[in-house]
Amino acid sequence: MNILVCVSRVPDTATKVFVGADGKSIDPKGVKFILNPYDEFALEEGLRLKEKNGGNVTAITIGSPEATEILRTALAMGADDAVLIKGDNLDSYQVAYNISEHAKAKNYDIIFAGKQSVDFDSGQVPSLVAAMLDIPSISVVSKLEINGATLLAERDIEGGKEVLEASLPCLVSAQKGLNEPRYPKLPDIMKAKKKPIEELDAKPADAKVSVISMELPSKERVGKILGDSDADISEIVRSLHEEAKVI
Amino acid sequence: MKNTDFFDIKSLLTEEHKLFIDSLSDFVDIEILPVIEEHFLEGTYPSELTLKLAELGIFGITIPQEYGGAGADYLMYGLAMQELERGDSAIRSFASVQSSLVMYPIYKYGSENQKNKWLPKLASAESIGCFGLTEPDFGSNPAGMLTNAVKTRSGYLLNGAKMWITNGTLADIAIVWAKLDGIVHGFLVEKGTPGFSAPEMKGKHSLRASVTSELIFQDCEIPEENILNISGLKGPLSCLTQARYGIAWGAVGAAIAVYESAVEYSKTRIQFGKPIGAFQLVQEKLAYMLTEISKAQLINFRLAQLMDGGNATPQHVSFAKRNNVRMALDCARIAREIHGANGILSEYPVMRHAANLESVLTYEGTHDIHTLILGQHITGIAAYE
Ligand SMILES: Cc1cc2nc3c(=O)[nH]c(=O)nc-3n(C[C@H](O)[C@H](O)[C@H](O)COP(=O)(O)OP(=O)(O)OC[C@H]3O[C@@H](n4cnc5c(N)ncnc54)[C@H](O)[C@@H]3O)c2cc1C
Repeated sequence: MNILVCVSRVPDTATKVFVGADGKSIDPKGVKFILNPYDEFALEEGLRLKEKNGGNVTAITIGSPEATEILRTALAMGADDAVLIKGDNLDSYQVAYNISEHAKAKNYDIIFAGKQSVDFDSGQVPSLVAAMLDIPSISVVSKLEINGATLLAERDIEGGKEVLEASLPCLVSAQKGLNEPRYPKLPDIMKAKKKPIEELDAKPADAKVSVISMELPSKERVGKILGDSDADISEIVRSLHEEAKVI
Repeated sequence: MKNTDFFDIKSLLTEEHKLFIDSLSDFVDIEILPVIEEHFLEGTYPSELTLKLAELGIFGITIPQEYGGAGADYLMYGLAMQELERGDSAIRSFASVQSSLVMYPIYKYGSENQKNKWLPKLASAESIGCFGLTEPDFGSNPAGMLTNAVKTRSGYLLNGAKMWITNGTLADIAIVWAKLDGIVHGFLVEKGTPGFSAPEMKGKHSLRASVTSELIFQDCEIPEENILNISGLKGPLSCLTQARYGIAWGAVGAAIAVYESAVEYSKTRIQFGKPIGAFQLVQEKLAYMLTEISKAQLINFRLAQLMDGGNATPQHVSFAKRNNVRMALDCARIAREIHGANGILSEYPVMRHAANLESVLTYEGTHDIHTLILGQHITGIAAYE
């Protein structure tokens, strides 16, 4: 099986981020970057598929040269090769366009992606890639079974689950619970050094959206501490209703 | 390294080192820390971890890949031991024994047959090994050992007893040091060989999640081909140098664990209306620990360079083992004090590490024996003879 896994480099959810001087990007200074957690599920599923059926796993990312770091992680987890398409500040459309352009030439049987990147949470790339390639797409998958050219995917939905069938080639976006991603093992880490990373420049495509500004949660949203008197409780109810608008 | 690394040693590492310690650090947090207190209290080794550790590539880090090892450098080995002992000294001890005291002598002094037979199985933990040097009456002075081997027509007949042997009861293969015609030699003794038994020692207050055993040989006959190709005490001592190197790193891991727990505690424990970390006496303790841990890390990093360049001497290793283990034990005691009564509870890692480090201070050459090794290096006079 010829497998493609889309991965992205995101700030570790445990690090504190700040907005950069341009007011519309994350200041990378002092930020620890990691492989997007949902992509780990995607990659693990691709690796298991390969281990079962043979084949090849390619990891692809669109981003800055520093993203090589997460491709190394992907190779250390067991991907066979990797592709870095260099392009900064691309929107979801441009990212999807570049992934699909790469995929068109390669005849992948299945393409995996995380259901979303934990940095910007747009969750658009997987479906866009599938649409551009004109292949079926199943999103937010928590269980996957492949028999021949047919694929059965389970999705958690509000209060239950849904089972979908599609045929390969297909795009699957991974939800937490799909599997238990492996820890990179030392022998694989040592082998990863020798595995190839192909570097290309992003193909131009017009952005469909652009970022105007980015800001940290406003100070007003910082928690309030109240006491436990009746008046305090009424105040909590009032602020949940009128300020936070959650009840 | 997401843990204490004041002088940014991480920036001196390669991508491979970073990938592995990140992976291992997650492993320690997710697989070791949640189960270790229970095992410590019960006095059981967490055997469910062995295969997982093997899969990660922990056993035989510096052994070439053709024999199932990872073929990585000593820096990688050191970093790995630091991470493992941030979990528990027992887990690091298991790894030290398997890699440095069992795989290393087979790799270094074994025949091609022995290497092919044992190294891949030891790397995958299909086989577990132990290292028998210490005897009931000979610890710091192994030259006096009584265990002896006599040549027979088809092999060797072993008689004697070893004590304090890590993993003895679990082991499929024991590296046993015994005198043949008055000279120390190494022998491979397989589990199940008639005349060989390995009962577990009970009642330890330290390293409770590690199995410690006696090895007993009563007319135990082993085949001719089970002898290692080395004679004299330099055989076992060369293995100990490898293991001590890993211990020097491991001890820093234990120190980091207790230090980080103390920092966290001192910021959240309120007395006299303030976090206890606001008191100068507590800050002094924290500053002392950070300073000592950072110094030990710098020693280790340099020692790794010397090891990888083939320029480390046993004295360098003694220096690091002596300094770092004492340092870690001091930190564990100080951290215990900062935690007050909570410091004796299994909810915090400090008492466990403090208790473990008492063993680490003694095994692989006691603190004082390493002092004497340095003393001899400085003066040219051996004080222990
Ligand atoms: C948990 C645990 C696991 C172990 N695992 C192993 C193992 O896997 N394999 C193995 O072979 N051994 C193992 N050991 C044994 C360990 O290496 C010995 O305990 C150690 O070498 C010290 O020997 P001893 O306990 O007999 O102490 P002794 O040698 O009797 O020393 C007692 C004290 O006297 C001091 N002393 C001794 N001689 C001198 C001198 N000349 N000058 C000054 N002071 C001196 C020592 O420093 C020490 O403080 C283990 C020990 C422990 C506790």
